[in-house]
Amino acid sequence: MAYILTHAEFDTVLQRLKQDYILIGPVRKKNKGKFSDADLITYGQIESLSDLETNGKSQFSAKETIFPPSQTLFYFTEDEYREPKFEPQKRIVFLRACDFNAIKRLDLLFLENGQFVDAYYKRLREKTHFFVFGCEKSYENCFCVSTGTNQCEGYDAFLNFKGEKINLFPSEPFKRYFAGYEENEDILPQFIERNHIQVDIPEGLSTKIYDHPYWDQYGKRCIGCGRCNFSCPTCTCFTMQDIFYRDNKNAGERRRVWASCQVDGFTDMAGGHSYRKQQGERMRFKVMHKIHDFAKRFNMHMCVGCGRCDDVCPEYISFSQCISGLKGVVAHDN
Amino acid sequence: MSVDTKKIKKNAYRVTKTRGKTCLRVRVPGGHLPSQYLEIIKEIADKFGNGTVHLTTRQGFEIPGIDFSSIEMINQLISPMIVGLEKEIGVPLANGFDKGYPAAGTRNVSACIGNRVCTMANCDTTALAQKIERTIFPNDFHVKIAVTGCPNDCIKAHMQDIGVIAQVEPLYDETRCISCKACVKNCQKVATGALTMGNYKVERDPHRCLGCGECILKCPNAAWTRGNKFYRLVIMGRTGKRNPRLAQTFVQWASEDVVLGVIKNMYKYIDKHIDRTLEKEHVGYIFDRTGYNEFKNVVLEGIQLNPEIRIATFINFHGSIYDSQIIFENVTKA
Ligand code: HEM
Ligand code: SF4
Ligand code: SF4
Ligand code: SF4
Ligand code: SF4
Ligand code: SF4
Repeated sequence: MAYILTHAEFDTVLQRLKQDYILIGPVRKKNKGKFSDADLITYGQIESLSDLETNGKSQFSAKETIFPPSQTLFYFTEDEYREPKFEPQKRIVFLRACDFNAIKRLDLLFLENGQFVDAYYKRLREKTHFFVFGCEKSYENCFCVSTGTNQCEGYDAFLNFKGEKINLFPSEPFKRYFAGYEENEDILPQFIERNHIQVDIPEGLSTKIYDHPYWDQYGKRCIGCGRCNFSCPTCTCFTMQDIFYRDNKNAGERRRVWASCQVDGFTDMAGGHSYRKQQGERMRFKVMHKIHDFAKRFNMHMCVGCGRCDDVCPEYISFSQCISGLKGVVAHDN
Repeated sequence: MSVDTKKIKKNAYRVTKTRGKTCLRVRVPGGHLPSQYLEIIKEIADKFGNGTVHLTTRQGFEIPGIDFSSIEMINQLISPMIVGLEKEIGVPLANGFDKGYPAAGTRNVSACIGNRVCTMANCDTTALAQKIERTIFPNDFHVKIAVTGCPNDCIKAHMQDIGVIAQVEPLYDETRCISCKACVKNCQKVATGALTMGNYKVERDPHRCLGCGECILKCPNAAWTRGNKFYRLVIMGRTGKRNPRLAQTFVQWASEDVVLGVIKNMYKYIDKHIDRTLEKEHVGYIFDRTGYNEFKNVVLEGIQLNPEIRIATFINFHGSIYDSQIIFENVTKA
């Protein structure tokens, strides 16, 4: 069941939705790119369809809408603590198929990983609905078809932008916002079927490749900035910070903030020991997590092939080429 | 042979070492030009010159080995370039565009490559140089102005009468900061050490901050983004035989309107104070006679200052003095 609406008609639907939800999606922030006179596409609140930037991939993903970069977990005084009062509004987040598949990875990590459910994540996640929009074209570094994450199901609505028209596939609970528009039986959601890049994730990866000289090139090239992790829709690592307020050290707060396995400090331990000191080792760790370790626990690869890690790397390190190269290493060594 | 040397000099031709031969100076405001104009330069050099072209330090061309008798013909040939590089950017030329250059005193406004190419640049330096050209050309006062995109000062703004150094106000979003310290370490190493870490967040000392934008470039999570563009003006730098010195800061965090206004007013200042007994007097020496305060008063007259601007209370030039008699004159000598 679908609706075929003009942009103006869909805007009317959005205004109806705004009565009950805040709308969040990729927006173009003029002149906010890191280089002068360049734009930044990132997540932000949208008021109408024209705010939604579907032309170009966002530098940061939708993950920050449910897993913010910096989050206060509780406040403390000498003998008491309390969680921040936090009643998130119901939201609708617009995102692409790869990013929606990434949300599934986040769910596994935060909600289905052992016996504890992450309450902070759950709180935002429960209030969040996802409207997935189909990609009209594949961008430079995308390889979602190779990771099988070009398609998705379980969304709250799906959109295909078709020039003047938009094909819309809302789930049952959202159909009431489309009241007054005619339903159409014949059309189906369309996903991107081909990328410029194909990646064949190697089977049979193991700890055998740990000390392989393959990683040395990344030791030389990677500067450990962490952009690949912060832009990645599936990186979920965080660290804890206890803050003691400066004008009263007896009060403070605990925050959790994003962490990156490529950045110094990630493996630092009490006493000063640190595990992965070389950038090559860190690259290995990241790659293994994305295409091997995660799948051992959750039966699906962590990486959703969005290509953002390639897009943002200032040293032009290509994650997809790294995986492809790894295939050769595995084939040779086994 | 009879040549009115004053007239041809004004027309941007030189008296050269070789008797009977002149040399054309071609302006390229902002130092960036469509490649089609290189064909005109080549044609003039091949047909009328000696087949060579000199690239000047001010980003113009000098075409040597030209007969004085070819001047009129060359003025016709060069006219598309004057139209393209002067008229199109709004330079008023009362006598038309086919009589060659109407003045040569005010030198080509040069610029580093700026944000059309350079990752560090904080503005389109060529575009600003063109706006300056439009404000001050044609003019016979001997003035050197250049625009540089960041405090690296690749164009050597510090060697100009007015050097324009683009600044950006870095804006900090603590909710995006993940405490990686990349910005802090880098500002310490390559800029001014304006950033410190406190309670896992970054603090910026606005009095130390240069507005170079390095922190924005280094931040992996867009916690630093670009605010407004501003400019620092360094003044009265010079080479020359008497007292070479680097320019010193006059204003910082000035808006573009202030920059253009100050530059325009500087010509009024020169007009008011120039020693007309000399063939020409360079603005830096006028400044030495009148002192900083008179300069400041005249160039800021009638200018709407933006609230962020900071103006130097005094200026201390530390140039080389070769012979103290230049300053310590024997006034009793007849
Ligand atoms: C064979 C013995 C030990 C092993 C294998 C071990 C392993 C670890 C590991 C894997 C972590 C987690 C690091 C992280 O996730 O950031 C950790 C953290 C920690 N361990 Fe141990 N540990 C051992 C002994 C000890 C002992 C004896 C102490 C104290 C006397 C200790 C104190 C800590 C502390 C304080 C942390 C938190 C460090 C931080 O987050 O900075 N550990 N340890
Ligand atoms: S590893 Fe790279 S391609 Fe894979 S999900 Fe993360 S950013 Fe996207
Ligand atoms: S370990 Fe590295 S690759 Fe894996 S989720 Fe954490 S930051 Fe991302
Ligand atoms: S973005 Fe590139 S340079 Fe930065 S940590 Fe990742 S791989 Fe290394
Ligand atoms: S703009 Fe430059 S000087 Fe100012 S804080 Fe950033 S890096 Fe430091
Ligand atoms: S570089 Fe960015 S994320 Fe890192 S400490 Fe500075 S502001 Fe925070």
